[in-house]
Amino acid sequence: MLTREEAKKIIDKVLSYAKADETAVSLSGGRTGNIRYARNSVSTSGESDNMSLAITAVYGKRSGTATINEFDDASLEKTVRRAEEIARLAPENPEYMPMLGPQKYLDTNTYAESTAKIDPEYRAKAAFDSIDPCRQKNLTAAGYLEDSTGFSAIGNSKGLFGYNRSTGVEFSITVRTADGLGSGYAARDVNDTSKLSTKAATEVAMQKALASSSARALEPGKYTVILEPTASVELLQNMMGSMDARNADEGRSFLSKKGGGTRLGEKLFDERVNIITDPMNAELPLSPFGGGGGRFGGGGSDGRPQEKVAWIENGVVKNMYYSRYWADKKGVKAIPSPGGIIMAGGTQSLADLIKSTDKGILVTRLWYIRAVDPQTLLYTGLTRDGTFYIENGQIKFPVKNFRFNESPVIMLNNLEALGKPVRAGGHLIPPMKIRDFTFTSLSDAV
Amino acid sequence: MQLSGAGIGGLMVAGIPVLGNTVAPERLLEPGADAAAKKRLADVALNAAKSKGATYTDVRIGRYLQQFLFTREQKVQNVVNAESYGIGIRVIANGTWGFAATSDVRPEAIARCAETAVAIAKANSRLQTEPVKLAPQKGVGDVTWKTPLQKNAFEIPVGQKIDLLMKVNSEAMKNGAAFVTSNLFFVNEQKYFASTDGSYIDQDVHRIWPTFTVSAVDRTSGKFKTRDALSSPMGMGYEYLDGLASEKIAAPYGLVGYRNSYDMVEDATLAAKQVKQKLSAKTVQPGKYDLVLDPNHLGLTIHESVGHPTELDRVLGYEANYAGTSFATLDKWKSKNFNYGSKMVNIVADKTQVGSLGAVGYDDEGVPCKQWDLIKDGILVNYQAIRDQAAIIGENESHGCCYADNWNSVQFQRMPNVSLKAGSEKRSVFDMVKGVDKGIYIIGRGSYSIDQQRYNFQFGGQLFYEIKNGEIVGMLDDVAYQSNTQEFWNSCAQLCDQDDYRTFGSFFDGKGQPSQVSAVSHGSATTRFNGVNVINTGRKI
Repeated sequence: MLTREEAKKIIDKVLSYAKADETAVSLSGGRTGNIRYARNSVSTSGESDNMSLAITAVYGKRSGTATINEFDDASLEKTVRRAEEIARLAPENPEYMPMLGPQKYLDTNTYAESTAKIDPEYRAKAAFDSIDPCRQKNLTAAGYLEDSTGFSAIGNSKGLFGYNRSTGVEFSITVRTADGLGSGYAARDVNDTSKLSTKAATEVAMQKALASSSARALEPGKYTVILEPTASVELLQNMMGSMDARNADEGRSFLSKKGGGTRLGEKLFDERVNIITDPMNAELPLSPFGGGGGRFGGGGSDGRPQEKVAWIENGVVKNMYYSRYWADKKGVKAIPSPGGIIMAGGTQSLADLIKSTDKGILVTRLWYIRAVDPQTLLYTGLTRDGTFYIENGQIKFPVKNFRFNESPVIMLNNLEALGKPVRAGGHLIPPMKIRDFTFTSLSDAV
Repeated sequence: MQLSGAGIGGLMVAGIPVLGNTVAPERLLEPGADAAAKKRLADVALNAAKSKGATYTDVRIGRYLQQFLFTREQKVQNVVNAESYGIGIRVIANGTWGFAATSDVRPEAIARCAETAVAIAKANSRLQTEPVKLAPQKGVGDVTWKTPLQKNAFEIPVGQKIDLLMKVNSEAMKNGAAFVTSNLFFVNEQKYFASTDGSYIDQDVHRIWPTFTVSAVDRTSGKFKTRDALSSPMGMGYEYLDGLASEKIAAPYGLVGYRNSYDMVEDATLAAKQVKQKLSAKTVQPGKYDLVLDPNHLGLTIHESVGHPTELDRVLGYEANYAGTSFATLDKWKSKNFNYGSKMVNIVADKTQVGSLGAVGYDDEGVPCKQWDLIKDGILVNYQAIRDQAAIIGENESHGCCYADNWNSVQFQRMPNVSLKAGSEKRSVFDMVKGVDKGIYIIGRGSYSIDQQRYNFQFGGQLFYEIKNGEIVGMLDDVAYQSNTQEFWNSCAQLCDQDDYRTFGSFFDGKGQPSQVSAVSHGSATTRFNGVNVINTGRKI
């Protein structure tokens, strides 16, 4: 783990050796650790350290990258020369864009000391807090905790420099009944591990496992559903990942318009749908640079600052994301692809949403989601780990899992109500009530 | 199969995980450390772990090389050369596994890493209720294994590879594609394994995957369609791209199947013509159809509905929190009469088939590789098991299917090649189509989804042709079939013969937490399934 000053010193040294037209340096490293358990016992656990430096040299429109994990002067210089050699031999990239100059980055807060201090004992205790309550109730726990602590620094020969350090913990737990007829799930993700209780999350999964036992079969068809954030997050994430402007302009996106052009500015969703990204959000802080991705923040970055962006406002498509090349060609701002998405919601709790439902199905989790048709963003997948029938504002009984075939675009038009957003899978998502959600078959899976 | 992310610190390029550091292409040709040097380093780890109280230790010193090329139309988008080198140390202490890895391969760092692995095992042993029991494995001494290949892909100049992709792209555009992307993936795993059993195994494993996607766009209607390559990733060298006529299999409607040699330019040309036809193909009428499934499609169905449910770790609950468990429970296997499929269904697990992705000499816990039956005459007869699972199914040796995708990943049970045996009666796909009254002939890998116990699945494809009264009458669109695994395999009605047998494969089968990828092949001949439920996936937004 390098400080800002230490990282800058190495990057400056690399740049002092550079002879190419342009040179960029990316330095990142850190530690990740994990513990995995199943059958109420730890199955695997490990820890891994890594630090590496990537140097990209550019001549004209030819670029070359070389990487190293040794940091003495001779190694650094050798790697600069190697990147320059590769660049000279590389094919021209007609879409190459000159590197960015100095950028102003937001001061986001993605680091927590509590997470950086995690050690094997901490992970063992976190697993114990999850396994022990299950053992006591004759339930079976399978869970996974992964923590990462690292930094990412970028710099180039045009004076750009950025540094960010971040921590993160992801935890998920599946609890099954001894007879295999009930299964419950919960997941949490935090930057600061002092906000995580593996025990509390496990208790939610335990409750769902017990309540989901001996599910009844309902006919597949169109149902009002309440999607918990762990259920809807992947569909929303997939939709946001499909908002690439170039694909839309080229006629091969759900945002392409019949007759040519795009659907930017069109109202495609219910007017209550508002989706933004905001690296400064206190509940979901993000790296200030990079187009998302990379456990330590800023992976694969071209140095573009992450800023607050409205993607969907009152149901209207407000922005698409661009490569720098395509934005330049189109003469628009090169908005990078979204990181953690924030969907606005209301004040109602999940319990409130259930209470206001005459007939419906509560879905804990959707699983094995795959694109069926990119034209309509039709996805298929299945419910899993806690699916319940609601009648007159109450959960009546568990139901067998369904396969769905549904598009998030259709789903966000059939919006009935939104609850209070919570963090799920690196995003902030409200529980949502949707009418006419399409279930196409039943599954015997528990 | 679920590619959800790269390993620790992984870089993603176009959704593909890149393991390790990017390097110059010529670096991929440099030999790594020699076996004697690796043996010395491995011994440092074995001794350090033992001195701290480990009762078993294995060490993997891995150098993982990748070269990925990405193009679209007449542009080279990216050429990635990556190298990852380091050491992973796995120990048993107090009956519990511990694992640690480091890219710092100095002896003192390796000793420290071994100590960390032991400390992790000890910290977790307090939670242990099922102490690890390893199936016995005699040390094999100093041995080597190498993928049999004619042309090392890393020795072929990048320029030659780009010329091929540019030719693929220009032929696709010439034949009517609106857009085309094409890629080449090459992987070389140089793995050195050592264990306290007395094995020192040096392996050199090569894989190749050429692929493309062509798109057609109708601006007026706003419709667009794609058609992906019908190649298969292989455990071969660059010779896979020779496009030998002897390895082409003619199929109805001018379609071509590729066995152990791929003609990428020909396939792209056909793809461009077919993708335009897809724009005006008839939308399918939902209902029951007899399906004729090409090996390049059926491989994925085998993977999801047979490969995964027979993984013993899933059956036992080790994957419950992520990939899921399995309907193929131990009681079904013990009964010796669980009809997984019809009598003609014979499915084998294999780690030795030449040219396959799964073929190696020894697995990642030093067990020599072999072939075994999973489903015999329709009955479930076995699972896929590694050393710490073999005793559970009454076997006293591992099946040899343990794998880690990198030095910094811990090895665990991974799917070997799982393949459906071809039929023994002489039958071509032309013969098979002739016998179908109302059916759909499906080619290529499309959308796929299956539940966490592997009962209910839905599959799409690349190309769909309607069969009426023994004849193909035209192309269909919006096709997906939904079924239940046992019902589906029991509807297996006819198999083409060995002449039609080909492998399908995946470079990036995902499993585990943290998620690891693995490459696996699935062989079959074209196969008929009767009365399968087909849905229409067309929607309007």
